[in-house]
Amino acid sequence: MAPIISLSVLGVLVLFFGILKKKSLLLPLILAGLLITLILTIPEWNTFRSYYNDMLMADNYAVAFNTVMILSTLFIFSFAGHYYKSVERPLDDIYAIMIFALAGAVMMTSYGNLIILFLGIETLSIALYVLAGSHKEAITSNEATLKYFLMGSFISGFLLFGIALIYGSAHSFNLKEIAEFVSLHSGHLPPMFIAGLFLFIAGLSFKIAIVPFHFWAPDVYEGTPTLLTAFMASVVKTASIVALFRFFSIVFAGNREIWEPTLVILSILTILIGNLTGLYQPGLKRMLAYSSISHSGYMMLAVIAFSSRSANALLFYTLSYSIATILAFAILMLIRESKGNDFFTSMNGLAKKNPLEAFCLTIAMLSLTGIPPLAGFMAKFFLFAAAVEQGYTGLVIIAILGSAISAVYYFKPIIAMYFKEGEEIQLKAGRLFKIIIGTLTLLILAIGLFPFLFSGLI
Amino acid sequence: MLTVVLIILPLLFALPLFAFRKEKLIKRVALVIALIEFGVAVAAFIQYKTSCHCQLLFSAHWFGSSGITLKFGMDGISLLLVMLTTLLVPVIILSSFRHSYKKPSAFYGLILVMEMALVGVFTAFDGLIFYIFWEMALIPAYFICAVWGGNDKIRITFKFFIYTFTGSLFMLVALIYVYFRTPLPHSFDLFALYNATLSPAGQTWVFLALFFAFAIKMPVFPFHTWQPDTYTGSPGPGTMLLSGIMLKMGIYGVIRLMIPLCREALQQFGTIAVILSVIGIVYASLIAIRQDDMKRLVAYSSIAHAGLMAAGVFILNIKALEGAVIQMISHGINIVGLFIMIEFIQERVNTRKISELGGIAIKAPRLAIFFMILLLGSIALPLTNGFIGEFLLLLGLFEYNIVFAVIAGLAMIFSAVYMLWMYQRTMLGKVNALTENITDLSVPETLALVPLVIMIFWIGIFPGMFLQTIDMDILKILFYSH
Repeated sequence: MAPIISLSVLGVLVLFFGILKKKSLLLPLILAGLLITLILTIPEWNTFRSYYNDMLMADNYAVAFNTVMILSTLFIFSFAGHYYKSVERPLDDIYAIMIFALAGAVMMTSYGNLIILFLGIETLSIALYVLAGSHKEAITSNEATLKYFLMGSFISGFLLFGIALIYGSAHSFNLKEIAEFVSLHSGHLPPMFIAGLFLFIAGLSFKIAIVPFHFWAPDVYEGTPTLLTAFMASVVKTASIVALFRFFSIVFAGNREIWEPTLVILSILTILIGNLTGLYQPGLKRMLAYSSISHSGYMMLAVIAFSSRSANALLFYTLSYSIATILAFAILMLIRESKGNDFFTSMNGLAKKNPLEAFCLTIAMLSLTGIPPLAGFMAKFFLFAAAVEQGYTGLVIIAILGSAISAVYYFKPIIAMYFKEGEEIQLKAGRLFKIIIGTLTLLILAIGLFPFLFSGLI
Repeated sequence: MLTVVLIILPLLFALPLFAFRKEKLIKRVALVIALIEFGVAVAAFIQYKTSCHCQLLFSAHWFGSSGITLKFGMDGISLLLVMLTTLLVPVIILSSFRHSYKKPSAFYGLILVMEMALVGVFTAFDGLIFYIFWEMALIPAYFICAVWGGNDKIRITFKFFIYTFTGSLFMLVALIYVYFRTPLPHSFDLFALYNATLSPAGQTWVFLALFFAFAIKMPVFPFHTWQPDTYTGSPGPGTMLLSGIMLKMGIYGVIRLMIPLCREALQQFGTIAVILSVIGIVYASLIAIRQDDMKRLVAYSSIAHAGLMAAGVFILNIKALEGAVIQMISHGINIVGLFIMIEFIQERVNTRKISELGGIAIKAPRLAIFFMILLLGSIALPLTNGFIGEFLLLLGLFEYNIVFAVIAGLAMIFSAVYMLWMYQRTMLGKVNALTENITDLSVPETLALVPLVIMIFWIGIFPGMFLQTIDMDILKILFYSH
């Protein structure tokens, strides 16, 4: 509850400062506000408090994922100053909407009632529709927002319909009561409930970008301003997959047979199609879009094999995935700024003049590939271990084939930067920018080398 | 503790090396670091007492809850391979003194990082740590070959990377799978993994996954296609690291993981693996005869030798297994020596084409003599190191199946054919325009080769000492009972 209140207040404050035209104060205010939110979040650890008849639950699970999302947002905002350097107006609207979106994401991770989940998703989504189109002059941004909005609002209907059907059969929005209903009727669940369940899965899959509900992702990622794409790829993805995980871990604590085949097939499709399509992308941003799709597939393993081990694995995975993705997007910002595009060919020979940036991007890519001793490897290891423990060895083998394929495209930027000759340009990273990307890189290494600090928490 | 020092030392010193600018200084510092590392390895060798226990043990909790410990130690097999690694790295660095590489700090830094990872692989006694070092060795190897390689390096090295990365991912699944079948509390400790209860079907799957991982690394036919291109396209030191040490990771993996984990599956399906290995021997030998590029020829000869070692480890025979370990050491020494020679010749005349060379022995007798010794070791002449290993391997293979032994024996004859024929065409014969002005070996170059030659004769004449070191450990691995 505390983070939602604090974030809402922060958002309003940001708007207020915008009216006063205090541009230079905005970012420090936001960073301070996010830090305060983080500090307010952590005391909820081990309290297991719930609010308003279990509508919101502040269990460890929610606290941990909220921390990851707030941290990610903090890092994204730390790049905002550089990204919007040339923009004159205060940008309070964009920042405030991002913070509201984060508040929506927090609702999605801590919901105990499907109504709250829906409210969270809508808060997040409507904010994102605006953000995707926030670069008003660019036609790609307009395209992105239109596509995202049309498809997103359509699929929200699915989700709502699904929730209604679930309510219709279980007579409650409350997760625990739905869980009771499921265990009472296990084996002979009414068709209405099953239909509702699948609509619900479809609705959330869209947000997570699970195949076959992923078609929006590459275009929207491409058109959205890069800073906000980083937000979509990290925070939004975390919130949505966690929402799905929360639903299944509470409602279906034993009944696998209904949904298992569906989720397994979705996961396999996501891993294979995401990775295979990723091979054919000409630019870094689209490639990262497909990479984020395929990572959704891996994260689905945690949902399918839910257990306390897989909850921990998911936490570790979202953390390391978010950090690596944000780092990659940060470098992408720099490349786009200097080159005007993000084709792999325009990254040729980048390492000569920009050793730090090239090294950071390399670490991010290697971590996403899953090379030890980086964070991405430990994340994959925990996830695969959780899945094998529950007997999904075959699924893990598919995931591993996917990882092997993904190495091909993750190495494209590395090969371009280090081994190819090209026009030598200097990226325009300020000192602060360099410090932050350096920190993120060290974080990837540290998480990989000291995984015990970040695992086994929930 | 010495084991940990061995792992940390190269990394610790390699990191500041990245900041150096002066090429000469970098080379010297790198050499000194590698020599210190060798010194530590010798100290470990002296401290080591021949017995069947894993010694010089270091163990620290890394991940208590999941049963992952930072467990490092050495038994005889590890010890010999660590000695090999730490001996070869300074030799490789010394041999590259004449050549000037762009961005030398990164080049030598990566070599040392790779040394760390290799020592880590050979001393890890925890399954997951083994895997982590195994993968870590791949990254510096990839960058060394891709940045400083020759023509078409991007495609070639990438093929190499994808091949080996895919293979090792399968090993990861196998390790996780076995982990959940270890007695409670689950642990990745190697001895816990050995105690896992696997169903016959499960064992078959584990066997397949591990075979895939190790067969690519060695490489066994038909997983070898990355190897000749990579060896040919890589810079000299890269090729030496790959062929001399990295190849041994595959065979070491079979000994350390595959034999204890899936002995029954090996007895059942081992024949197929042996057949593939033997096909590889003959196939690679025949191709080697037709090669005109010296580096490619030696690369194919390496597939043949690796095939023999692979056959030896798959048949679960004590003699063959001992032979394989000795041959790992010998092959490492010989092949690095041969690649160094090729590197020296190429630096002098700018070609590796056998058909363009001739009469080098007249102009550079010292070079020719060293080349001859290395070559004889490689074709397994008695009193050289190659003989001990190959003899034991063939003996074991003979006990297993006479037909395989005969075919593999033929391969030894083939190896004499292509090696000596190469020698005849390059070293002997008439001096031509290219080789007219060839200079003999310089002092640092000779210094790089002397340790190798000493080792060739030492192992060849007094193999007992080396065999004693590994005797008990081999027995333990072959007959490890649950």
